[in-house]
Amino acid sequence: MKYGYYPGCSLEKNARSYHISTMAIAKPLGIEFVEVEDWNCCGATEYIAVDKIPAYALVSRNLALAAEQNGSSNLVAPCSACYLNLKKADHYLSENEDLRKKIDLALEAGGLSYQPGSLNVQHLLETIAVDIGCEAIEAQVKKPLYNLKVAPYYGCLVPRPATMGSFDDPEHPTSLDNILKSLGATVIDFPLKAQCCGGHMTQISEETALDMLRRLLKNAADNEADMIATLCPMCQLNLDAYQDAVNAHFGTDYKIPIIYFTQLMGLAFGLPAKELGFGKEIVSAQPALDKITTEEPRPARTRERGNKSKALPMPTRSEEG
Amino acid sequence: MTHTVTSRPPSLFDKVIAETPGKAANLNACLQCGTCAGSCPSGPDMDHSPRAIFAMLDAGMDDQVLKSNTPWFCVSCYYCMVRCPQEIPITDIMYSLKRLAIREGYYQKDKAPEFSETFCDFVENNGRSFELGVAMRYHLRYHPLGAFKMATGMGLNLLSKGRMDLTPSRIKNVSQLKSILKKAKELGGAA
Repeated sequence: MKYGYYPGCSLEKNARSYHISTMAIAKPLGIEFVEVEDWNCCGATEYIAVDKIPAYALVSRNLALAAEQNGSSNLVAPCSACYLNLKKADHYLSENEDLRKKIDLALEAGGLSYQPGSLNVQHLLETIAVDIGCEAIEAQVKKPLYNLKVAPYYGCLVPRPATMGSFDDPEHPTSLDNILKSLGATVIDFPLKAQCCGGHMTQISEETALDMLRRLLKNAADNEADMIATLCPMCQLNLDAYQDAVNAHFGTDYKIPIIYFTQLMGLAFGLPAKELGFGKEIVSAQPALDKITTEEPRPARTRERGNKSKALPMPTRSEEG
Repeated sequence: MTHTVTSRPPSLFDKVIAETPGKAANLNACLQCGTCAGSCPSGPDMDHSPRAIFAMLDAGMDDQVLKSNTPWFCVSCYYCMVRCPQEIPITDIMYSLKRLAIREGYYQKDKAPEFSETFCDFVENNGRSFELGVAMRYHLRYHPLGAFKMATGMGLNLLSKGRMDLTPSRIKNVSQLKSILKKAKELGGAA
């Protein structure tokens, strides 16, 4: 299947391993990504905080280029912020006539045009979880990630705001859990899976940011995660590059690698770790990867709930009728 | 909280609704239930909780609202927005409050808007964001010690992993982007 692809600035450099691994798993999954030519920055969460119309115009140039260039109406963004910006712009342009008129004029000044609603904007997680699905993923698994305990981390901007329709639950998403399970990994309980990493807060108020990061790391560590799987460059950068700072600030000793879910997919598909961008993470993934075994772990014994014979007597319904 | 249209000049409350796309008029129906405040992960560091901000908007405390750090401490996680029983687009309203604070001349000398504006500068001139440039320019201005810490600690880490550019990259058609943004700015001025 053919998809328009909007990598976004992070995937050019800082999140290169996300880009590399996405390209690597595309082939076995039967996906063809066609990169939007000469795309520009989506504005992240900054541009919209300064000036509204230019912020929408900035995003709309990308929508216009994607619609003009690609034979596909699907536009995929692997970065959560890019995804939400593209999707929101498309949505608000369809809904708000005044905004649409202004953006039409702005695009016209650059010789472009865009008809809102003509693209189906997706996050990469949606493409893989919904369009491809777990069955097709399982069929490609050659080296299952047995015994690797993974905390599935969704962050904010993929599950929420959900006001434009959503493929997963806004507070208790499960699509990434299911993908990781089909890779053979052990998915741990991670109650904070959809909580915020702090976004740009590391730059605005480091103390606020570090505490938010600490909560996430603690929650993953308390549930014995070997690593956190992520789907957003901002979440990856914050949890990975600021883990040292969290440890220094709180006197903790977390060493939890933060790995893109596409890297784990590639690994399970039998692709070499080097071709998936492993080694670019600051907290090394190697100790966690060394835990992977060739044998399937025995399912954890679950205790039977209560003893029925000794249970308190409960009222029973008569059998009549 | 209901607002009737009168002949008075538009209050901040009205401006916020006009400035926000989506169902911002639902702000009229805020119940003051506090679900937003209780859901906010950076709430403890805010001058006023989102609920309090809405009460202050309703009370016409425009100055205090625009001076407050609340919108700048919003991390854009959208928890409040999915939980609000009245479906108020709270996160979008926080973005509107940031823009209005900049436009009305509040908060100009503070670091949070400066970070956003520095980011925009790079995007407007190159079409791409530039992490190192944004971080350095912003930190050097506001906390040089932080810039030093960043350059020697985390920056070096990222650099050694090949995860940071030393020079900004540029799109091919910067002139097209500039004409689009120039027009957009002209059109935005009236809003």
